[in-house]
Amino acid sequence: MIEAIAFYTFATLTIAMFVITVMSKNALYAMSALAAGMIFISGFFFLLDADFLGVVQIIVYTGAVMALYAFGMMFFDTTREVKERNSSAKVVFVLSGMAALLMVVILVAPIISDKVQALYPMREDVGNAEAVGIVLFTKYLVPFEVAAVMLLVAMISGIIMASKRMDESLTLKEDEEIQKKAAQ
Amino acid sequence: MITLSHYLVLTAILFCIGLVGILRRKNLLMLFFATEMLLNAVNIGFAAVSKYYMDLTGQLFAFFVIAIAASEVAVGLGLLIIWYKRVGSIDLDTMQSMHG
Repeated sequence: MIEAIAFYTFATLTIAMFVITVMSKNALYAMSALAAGMIFISGFFFLLDADFLGVVQIIVYTGAVMALYAFGMMFFDTTREVKERNSSAKVVFVLSGMAALLMVVILVAPIISDKVQALYPMREDVGNAEAVGIVLFTKYLVPFEVAAVMLLVAMISGIIMASKRMDESLTLKEDEEIQKKAAQ
Repeated sequence: MITLSHYLVLTAILFCIGLVGILRRKNLLMLFFATEMLLNAVNIGFAAVSKYYMDLTGQLFAFFVIAIAASEVAVGLGLLIIWYKRVGSIDLDTMQSMHG
């Protein structure tokens, strides 16, 4: 019973937050709603007995990714309303309808669920984090290391790309140009 | 009683919302938000399948998805900053340089 209440509460909240993210014209509202949606999604992970995944979701998404977006938004002028030139709403709606239809077909199509077997069954005697660690460091060691290298490459590329011509300030230059224009 | 179908339907709904976002957004930052939503929706599905089939593989796949999402954001925002410095706008329509 409590599971059903939690599921429907989190589902409603997550859908509401994501709709705000998609529909909002203000980038700050969109980002805040997205962060809230991420937190609510971690609630699903706790409901599904994936404690470690829930904690990682909060730390990585709401901690790291959202902070990164917040820093990125400081570069762009996002306080004013986002002007988007939507050429035709009809195309968007038709394409969205087709996407939804495709999703229904995928869900309704006969699933091969009977043939699914647990490769790494959950063990009752260890907790979730420990079980994840056991599988991650035995069966998935190579993907884990590859992911580590990928994160390192992404970090280096992010630093290099963001710090290129860092001495040229975007906002200060604009201020100077405005002052020059005012002086003329 | 919440079954696997409940979670899969929720995943589908969230994924569709993200798809709508990708289709209607013209601002690149907003497009990134929609991409994050898609990845998160799929993660819920993975965790649900992992629980209802008593298999840890789904959770581990979700971890790798999170790692990929994190690196995607780092590289993508770096590219976006370079583009903004060069063009002064992160609108998707300004990205076309070839007029055919």
